[in-house]
Amino acid sequence: MTIDRNARLREVQSWGDHFRFVIDAPAIGRDARPGQFVMVKVSEGSAPLLRRPLGIHDADATGIELFFRVAGRGTEILSRKRAGERLDIIGPLGRGFTLAPAAKGRTAYLAGGGRGIAPLYFLARALTAAGAKPVIFYGGRGLADIPLRDRLEKAGFEVQCSTDDGSFGFAGFVTALVEKELARVKPAVVYACGPDPMMKALAAITAKHGLPAEFSLESIMGCGIGACWGCVHRIRNEGGDGWVKICEEGPVFPGERILWP
Amino acid sequence: MAVTPKPVDLTTDLGFLKLRNPVLTASGTFGYGLEFEPYLDLDKLGGIVVKGLYDKAREGNPPPRLVETPSGLINAIGLQGVGVESFAAKILPKLRQLKTAVIVNVCGADDDEYAAVVEFLDKQEGIAAYELNISCPNVKKEGACPALSPRTTFDLVKRIKAASRRPLITKLSPNVTSIVEIAQAAEEAGTDAVALINTVLAMAIDLETRRPKLGNVYGGLSGPAIKPIALRMVHQVASRLKVPVIGMGGIMTGADALEFLVAGAAAVEVGTASFVDPDAAVRIVDEMERWCAAHGVAAVRDVVGTLKTA
Ligand SMILES: Cc1cc2nc3c(=O)[nH]c(=O)nc-3n(C[C@H](O)[C@H](O)[C@H](O)COP(=O)(O)OP(=O)(O)OC[C@H]3O[C@@H](n4cnc5c(N)ncnc54)[C@H](O)[C@@H]3O)c2cc1C
Ligand SMILES: Cc1cc2nc3c(=O)[nH]c(=O)nc-3n(C[C@H](O)[C@H](O)[C@H](O)COP(=O)(O)O)c2cc1C
Ligand code: FES
Repeated sequence: MTIDRNARLREVQSWGDHFRFVIDAPAIGRDARPGQFVMVKVSEGSAPLLRRPLGIHDADATGIELFFRVAGRGTEILSRKRAGERLDIIGPLGRGFTLAPAAKGRTAYLAGGGRGIAPLYFLARALTAAGAKPVIFYGGRGLADIPLRDRLEKAGFEVQCSTDDGSFGFAGFVTALVEKELARVKPAVVYACGPDPMMKALAAITAKHGLPAEFSLESIMGCGIGACWGCVHRIRNEGGDGWVKICEEGPVFPGERILWP
Repeated sequence: MAVTPKPVDLTTDLGFLKLRNPVLTASGTFGYGLEFEPYLDLDKLGGIVVKGLYDKAREGNPPPRLVETPSGLINAIGLQGVGVESFAAKILPKLRQLKTAVIVNVCGADDDEYAAVVEFLDKQEGIAAYELNISCPNVKKEGACPALSPRTTFDLVKRIKAASRRPLITKLSPNVTSIVEIAQAAEEAGTDAVALINTVLAMAIDLETRRPKLGNVYGGLSGPAIKPIALRMVHQVASRLKVPVIGMGGIMTGADALEFLVAGAAAVEVGTASFVDPDAAVRIVDEMERWCAAHGVAAVRDVVGTLKTA
């Protein structure tokens, strides 16, 4: 965990209201694992006051990448930053995906809904490096919601897209696409990040098929470092169900531990 | 040419407790302290006030528990956390290693529970003082908290003061008609100091769904938005009480903290700022020191209560 107050924004790429930032932040990049996140300061003053949590889209010894969609004031301010500007970032935070279930030569399904694709790129790279075969399912409402499809393909990953409105790829929810593919190839593990209803549906599907699955949860976060107890989700524990801080024990949890609202 | 500034004396004497500097971390915004170890040197703090402790572990409220509002944060955590026994077994031994003062924020769902918490903690070493959180909803009184009336404040403070071997700081709620009356009741009951303000009762609404934005409907507002209210209350209370006042509410910078000292606070607590910058409290100490040096102030205590009203 490092506070990097001088992280240089090296490169910005944008597609409508989606942005990819390449950032020089060696200390954070070196320690980052797929599924972890960072807390980014969006303003110098108190409007907005809190940092915003963003998943680590990719990382190496020179720094990290972020991929985000403008959702409100904070991400809008962030989206106006230009290459060369400095950012104030805390990370890497939380516990990421476990790579072990996707052993050498085995297939892993990665399902991303909208901005939930962000951490899956880093995960797919790590899985590939470990000799596993990631298949990425990337869904959105329409074509404009799945801007990373070219980037994923160029990186050499197998990618299947879906759009709710049928404007590109499979017509329907990404969960339906995953279910359809499950009938063909059963992966060793399923990883997912996206809106709650999508992950809840996927949790039911993977449970039905008896597949191990890991989900990256979201919550409004006050601190990102386990101090405010604001980011809780209902989680099954050995000692009983309880409200668990997702910034600390998560954001990634095994499917069987998550109690969906 | 750079002139080396004279060192500023930051030590703060509350009478019952000497602090290396006047900056403490506010309860509930600094976890149990250890969460912050990767980000700052805990020994550089004047003190750590740990998260509110009940007798037993607490479930807390359903989410959403937080909502950000202009220059502020409304929280409805519901005081989720470990109970005293677990605190004493797992956390206190580590906190005891620190040079900084450790203060425990004491909670209770009724007066008996406050007493039970203090009775248990009195047997533990490594605690400098108790901060009595009189803003806890009372289960037997439809959620009303002791802080709401001078009578209930007096009774609770008197009981805890008599029961405990340690100095007692009473933490006041701003959600009252007369903060001075409540502060005076705490003083008459024998409190060694008062700390204020706790969060301001608030709510936020999602217009599209017409639902409250917090699972608990109401929550407590903190952050820069409440600083002017806090300053006013600290000034009112400090002008009337003999015991020291610890001020807080929206302190983000050394200048904010110094304003509380000018208003009459002997020390301050830093709250929400630690969420934004985990090392905020230490930065605030440094900024206070620099301000004093630049203004020829030899000791930070010389700033306390220096408001000019004429
Ligand atoms: C661990 C984690 C990783 C994340 N990674 C990414 C990512 O890689 N890319 C990305 O685009 N987004 C990501 N998010 C979501 C992102 O944090 C929110 O979109 C952002 O905080 C919204 O801030 P804002 O000021 O732009 O919007 P606001 O005006 O604050 O809010 C806009 C809407 O988003 C909701 N919201 C606010 N904060 C959050 C939050 N923390 N999580 C979910 N919803 C929120 C609000 O309730 C509101 O409906 C992540 C969230 C978490 C918890
Ligand atoms: C998330 C959160 C949890 C809090 N928990 C406690 C608590 O357990 N006990 C207490 O006395 N005050 C608690 N407070 C109040 C703070 O200690 C402080 O009085 C208040 O936030 C005002 O200071 P600030 O504006 O600097 O945050 C909490 C505040 C926040 C934001
Ligand atoms: S965001 Fe503060 S505890 Fe998780």
